[in-house]
Amino acid sequence: MPADEEGLWHRPSVLALRRLLHHRLFVSGLVLFAIIVVAAILAPVLAPINPDKIDMNATFLPPSLRHLFGTDNFGRSLFSRVMWGARLSMLIGGATVAINAVAGTVIGALAGYYRRIDNIVMRANDALMAFPPVLLAIAVTATLGPSIIDVIIALGVVYTPRTARIVRSSVIVLREMEYVQAAVAAGAGDWHVLRRHILPNALAPLIVQLSFLFAYAVLTEATLSFLGVGAVPPTPTWGNIMAEGREYLTTAPWIIAIPGAALMITVLGLNMLGDGLRDVLDPRLRIQQ
Amino acid sequence: MSLLEVAGLTTTFATERGEIAAVEEVNFSLEAGEVLGVVGESGSGKSVTALTVMGLLPRPPARIAAGSVRFAGQELTSLSDREMRRIRGPGIAMVFQEPMTSLNPVFTIGEQIIETIRAHERAGAAAGFARTVELLEKVGIPSAAERMSAYPHQLSGGQRQRVMLAIALACRPRLLIADEPTTALDVTIQAQILDLLLDLRDEFGMALIVITHNIGVIAETADRVLVMYAGRIVEEAPVAGIFDRPAHPYTRALLASAPALDAPLAAGHLPAIPGTLPDPRHRPPGCRFAPRCELAIPACSAALPPLTAVGPGHAASCIRLGA
Repeated sequence: MPADEEGLWHRPSVLALRRLLHHRLFVSGLVLFAIIVVAAILAPVLAPINPDKIDMNATFLPPSLRHLFGTDNFGRSLFSRVMWGARLSMLIGGATVAINAVAGTVIGALAGYYRRIDNIVMRANDALMAFPPVLLAIAVTATLGPSIIDVIIALGVVYTPRTARIVRSSVIVLREMEYVQAAVAAGAGDWHVLRRHILPNALAPLIVQLSFLFAYAVLTEATLSFLGVGAVPPTPTWGNIMAEGREYLTTAPWIIAIPGAALMITVLGLNMLGDGLRDVLDPRLRIQQ
Repeated sequence: MSLLEVAGLTTTFATERGEIAAVEEVNFSLEAGEVLGVVGESGSGKSVTALTVMGLLPRPPARIAAGSVRFAGQELTSLSDREMRRIRGPGIAMVFQEPMTSLNPVFTIGEQIIETIRAHERAGAAAGFARTVELLEKVGIPSAAERMSAYPHQLSGGQRQRVMLAIALACRPRLLIADEPTTALDVTIQAQILDLLLDLRDEFGMALIVITHNIGVIAETADRVLVMYAGRIVEEAPVAGIFDRPAHPYTRALLASAPALDAPLAAGHLPAIPGTLPDPRHRPPGCRFAPRCELAIPACSAALPPLTAVGPGHAASCIRLGA
């Protein structure tokens, strides 16, 4: 279909993008998050020292030009370890978001659209949501074993009910919209209505939720590592580095402070980004055009 | 055989306080190419009747307690969801009251029309595009080919209602139900949309049911009129009969409360029908309109008045027809 320039310019996604780029909070959050993403992608280039390389002659070195973030109790370069830790955080955050986007959408859409299964699915959801997230994640990793894949599965189990709930509430509202009724009156089936009329309109709150979820996933993963039930040391995750640095908090505070700062930048950036997205995309706040 | 035959239709809703009937023992039929107007207050059962015919009421809570709906000889009330879907669109289509929210905000109008065409017939992308432009031209959208890529928020209310009509007509329905098609529009646009509806009826050779609470709309469009009150048909007549010789006191009151443009208002205010529609859980015994009726006598509350013929094709359910 030929989309002339006028149509393209009024495309809802283009309109939203334009407003996002004028949203200061969103842009600041995006920059903070981008720093971490770039660090994760370029870790092998920017931090050529092997993050697991032990040098017992260079332990507890404070930050310097040679070791930008200093070294830890085994003389490993903290710069390398934090950079490679960013990779794992982004991987786990991204994978959790992906699992949630798919599983949460499917479960939420079905529960919201088909009233018959709603009760069953949502009560199971409630049961999962009744556990504190970290406790549930610990229970899952304790059952599956502490590896990165298992941590991702655990985070998926913990957060999918929350995403499903958000999608379900959007679907319940959208199911009653006139354009859905009009589509049904024109002979559209359930699958068509869900795919073309309901899900595209449920996307905005879902995207907002997923940006916050990314932050929660990174934070929960760090917590699991810190508690020793996440990825096994010496895997350089931020939580692992902080757990090891805890013992040297008074003598070598940078060991715990630097991954802590990285974690803070990630979570802060994602929250600002999510707030910006919510301002622009959330239909409850959107000004009628 | 009539195109649509509704007989003894009773639709009920399960509520927390028991089952209530929104529509009771409704009978009417519609020939191909005919325009039927259904008029009544909000809550009189007009829309529920239409939605029952379309099979669009969620069941439960809704239930067809009695009666039949036959479309082109086929009984609709017993069809499965899948079979009913094939009727909607090419058989019976519907346009709704609210043009502002009846279009999906995230797709262009062209996409939404093509989608409807391709949902029911095998049409290639190019053929679908051409058909859509043609439809938009027929419903009076200027520079249709360019407007294909417009989003709903770029159109006015009247244009959106035209697009809704194009979507409803995409499958060349044999019956189009328009539920309050002009209520949300400016008066000048209302007249245009009604004219358009009649033009399209002629062009597509379809029958039309126009549901409205505005009796003026009926005068402009309908061949025959059903007047509904509290879930029942109280009067059925050719359009001229309704305006020249209204038989039922409710119809007369309805006509009296419509402002006439050519006559100044007598007492400076519009005559209104006193009282409100009875609560469907506690409907009065006998004639439902009796508590609000000027002509009511004790016998009115004794039994439901039967539909009595008062002229050719003209009947009213009132025992005081002579009064």
